[in-house]
Amino acid sequence: MSATPPRRMEPPVIPVAEPFWAATRERRLVVQWCLECDRPVFYPRENCPLCLSTNLEWRDCSGEGSLYSFTVNHLSGNPTGAEGPFPVAIVELAEGFRMMSNVVNCPLEHLEVDMALRVTWEELSDGRNYPLFEPAGGTA
Amino acid sequence: MIDQALRDAGLSIKDVDGVCHAGSSMQLAEYLGVHPRFTDSTMTGGSSFEVHVEHAAAAIAAGLADVVISVYASTPRGDRARAGTGGGGRRGGPPPGMGPNPGLEWEMPAGIRLPMGAYALAATRHMAKYGTTAEQLAQIAVSTREWATMNPKARYQSPITIDDVLNSPMQSSPLHLLDCCLVTDGAGAFVMTSAERAKSLAKAPAYVLGVGTCHDHSMISQMPDLTTTAGTVSGPAAFSMAGIKAGDVDLLMGYDSFTITALLHLEDLGFCGKGEGGPFAEDGRLGPGGSLPMNTNGGGLSYTHPGMYGMFLLVEAVRQLRGECGQRQVPGAEIAVAHGSGGVLSCMSTVVLGAEAALS
Repeated sequence: MSATPPRRMEPPVIPVAEPFWAATRERRLVVQWCLECDRPVFYPRENCPLCLSTNLEWRDCSGEGSLYSFTVNHLSGNPTGAEGPFPVAIVELAEGFRMMSNVVNCPLEHLEVDMALRVTWEELSDGRNYPLFEPAGGTA
Repeated sequence: MIDQALRDAGLSIKDVDGVCHAGSSMQLAEYLGVHPRFTDSTMTGGSSFEVHVEHAAAAIAAGLADVVISVYASTPRGDRARAGTGGGGRRGGPPPGMGPNPGLEWEMPAGIRLPMGAYALAATRHMAKYGTTAEQLAQIAVSTREWATMNPKARYQSPITIDDVLNSPMQSSPLHLLDCCLVTDGAGAFVMTSAERAKSLAKAPAYVLGVGTCHDHSMISQMPDLTTTAGTVSGPAAFSMAGIKAGDVDLLMGYDSFTITALLHLEDLGFCGKGEGGPFAEDGRLGPGGSLPMNTNGGGLSYTHPGMYGMFLLVEAVRQLRGECGQRQVPGAEIAVAHGSGGVLSCMSTVVLGAEAALS
């Protein structure tokens, strides 16, 4: 094991995404919603990528989702600080959008495409929290 | 490299009035002393050069240029040796001059290893959805290596087995080391002119019969469907323009950054149905003597992959159509498809090339 455990690269914040990261300080997962198309917009943008409307509002998410796909990275350090290979995931949120994250609290051999997940959080150095996902029923 | 390509065609730099480069066509033209009236700096990663063919064909047809060149050269292997780092450590900084990269905010913090992690995500989903196996993916690497044994310029020329692939170190699951392309130095160039002018030049022309391009995302987490690429748009567009069907293709040069990349092309270009790429590759039909020769130069998996491999698809396709490929020559090849994939399965660009015999 290296002297310094791997650390998560802390995400920069583009201005339009400030509400997303502000909500993570309260461990709330939020997403932009296009009021013209009635659909989520992720990642955050000035305009809806379907109709270009700026009529967007921020909504709370349930934090529930499923594992759209994953890969176990054997080459890089685990950003959660745990040892060994770790899963990088694309999570499909119940609201109908996808985001990249890590699955935690789940043995690698229990990872399965489409398994139910729920959001959990990892504290960043500036008070923000990074959204992670774990098996919906708790530790698998 | 440009000089070689121009000599091969029987032209000189003085004939060139159009310049394409997947970086800066201004820099390239200045270096060469060309003042082009057609210029194209399209950069769509590995498929840039197929897009250059498309744009050059349109420009020549529109009378914007007579002779267009595109060139690519890259030395990642040499650079790495000189730096002495042994590679790795790419943390996904934005490409120079590209401005804010959303990947820094929405992907890199998850620790994804790019580009390979993106393709691994596609492979995992394809395996779960369609039952594709690691052995089937490995067969693509095995068949490609069979071709490489007949290319004296290939970096790896010794045969491998499915077990060799499966026993090679896991990189980003389900992709093993031998599911991944090489990191090599390499260079290539092409020269394009009108069919009429080409008739009187040094070599038998390869005719551009059809072209098509589409991209549907930049970051892998934004890909609409991890198991279906924009090749479902670019492929049919190019085949339709050329007036061909998949069954007419004598040779497929399908971008193989990873085994899964090539598998997706087989499905999305219509050589087999969606989800059937695994069984399609399984019987070795992509290798020497098979019904669909694929990546006869040994591909990105065994021949060369300096980063943006699409130029080499075009070079091999042209050589095959001219019958210049020696031991690995596909007998009577008249129609070849070069299908480039750029970004992370992002930009697909398909070029259908034909020998003289394909025109009738």
